Amino acid sequence: MEMDNLYLANLREEKQNMWGGLVNYFRKRSMWMLYYCTGCGAIELPPTMTSRYDMERLGMGPMATPRQADLLLITGYLSVKTLKRVIWSYEQMQEPKYVVGFGSCPINGGIYWDAYPVINHLEAFIPVDMSIAGCMPRPQAIIDAFEKLMGEIQEGKAIGYKRYEKHYDWYKKNQDAVLGRTEAVLKPWNDPFASNPSVDELMALEKGESNV
Amino acid sequence: MNAYALLGIKLIGVSFGSMAVGLLFMGLGRKVTARIQRRMGPPFYQSFIDVIKCFTKTSITHNFVMDLGIIMALGGLIATAFFIPFANFSILGSSSVVIVLYLMSIGYLGMAMGVSASGNPNATIGISRALALMMGYEIPFVMVIMAMLITYNSSDLLTYAVAQSNGIGSWHIWKYPLGFIAVEIAFQAMVGEAPYDHMIAPAEIASGPMVELSGKYLGIGFLLHAVQLYVETGLIVNLFLGGASSWYVMLVKMFAVYFTTLSINAVMARYRIEQGIRHLWIWAGSFGLLQLIYTRIWG
Ligand code: SF4
Repeated sequence: MEMDNLYLANLREEKQNMWGGLVNYFRKRSMWMLYYCTGCGAIELPPTMTSRYDMERLGMGPMATPRQADLLLITGYLSVKTLKRVIWSYEQMQEPKYVVGFGSCPINGGIYWDAYPVINHLEAFIPVDMSIAGCMPRPQAIIDAFEKLMGEIQEGKAIGYKRYEKHYDWYKKNQDAVLGRTEAVLKPWNDPFASNPSVDELMALEKGESNV
Repeated sequence: MNAYALLGIKLIGVSFGSMAVGLLFMGLGRKVTARIQRRMGPPFYQSFIDVIKCFTKTSITHNFVMDLGIIMALGGLIATAFFIPFANFSILGSSSVVIVLYLMSIGYLGMAMGVSASGNPNATIGISRALALMMGYEIPFVMVIMAMLITYNSSDLLTYAVAQSNGIGSWHIWKYPLGFIAVEIAFQAMVGEAPYDHMIAPAEIASGPMVELSGKYLGIGFLLHAVQLYVETGLIVNLFLGGASSWYVMLVKMFAVYFTTLSINAVMARYRIEQGIRHLWIWAGSFGLLQLIYTRIWG
């Protein structure tokens, strides 16, 4: 329900902007990806990019850093530690940005559903615009998903980044709930940073007034 | 309309024209590379789409120096484009090759200033590689230019172009063959194509100078490369390939130069940076030096 409202609001906004449709055309025809090769899924990307399926036809290409990319590919399962890096990368990307989850692992955990270091539902942590089912999806399925995503961009439906902004509290709560599990287990007994000191404590430490 | 307004319109026309030509070349270049790799490749207007998309994104700046440096780079390169004769036509009336060489480095220095200000270590490594490589290719290039200065006693690109206008036989490519080889090798390094693509090296230093550029900054980065292609291919066409009497001949010749570069790029791997500079000095440098000595004694 909430999501529908956001979509309608976005449509209304685009209607008012006479260039909206045109801008969407350029956005869909030039998607640069940052692939986060976490799981087994990355192996299906080389055939998608090279001569056989040639994704550059659609104007897509790999980019080196999150700053330059429009599209974040999560290719497979995500461990809790990787999740932290994925969130950092996602937040560094510039809007508009889209996320595609590859395979069943980001959807529901796949065969890792009961593994303790792996998260099960990616869309609880960052907004996913498109999920590709399969273990692992073949290049045809990947190209098909990208074409669907292009359609959604043209229609103004791919607004995951706006959802993230609006419901940031909810995402943040979920992120904190699992990222709390990654705190270091072994702490040196006199390391002042081990117990997350407060700002006051840090300032005192800097002035040399504290001997923690 | 007074003369200044007319000049202003011409200057704006050349600025946008050089960007458009460069972007067209980049798009055709991607198509050519794709065909070499037996792919379909993107449509030839893909670079235009990319740049427009970049300008519709949000972007991050790190400080004022970054904004200034990037604009300075674009300004420097566009200023260079004013001095490149296009089809025997030079808007400023003069087109000294010395000025071209001088202004071209302003572009690079602006880029260096802008991206170093972003504070990312990868950008700094990329820039230091670019400046090291610049030392490698500018020296052979200047030696060949000096050979031409000795012959003509003039540094005007238009003079060179007019001197070559009596058919293919009068092109400088026959008069300065060693110099042409030296400049071709140097050109490969100037546009940063393999084996001299140390500066970008996406898998190694995360695209070097471009690492922190997002949205509109990246768009300007693409425009920079486009103008750079226009300037450098234009320079080589005027120096060696006889200039041109009409705009389409000029475009075809410019693309031919870029096409050679792309074909070499498609089949070469990257040198290490010290190998690259050594290669440039030994090969491009000795060809340039031989040309200079030959022209000085017998030319
Ligand atoms: S969906 Fe299958 S192929 Fe993909 S990461 Fe999970 S287990 Fe591996």
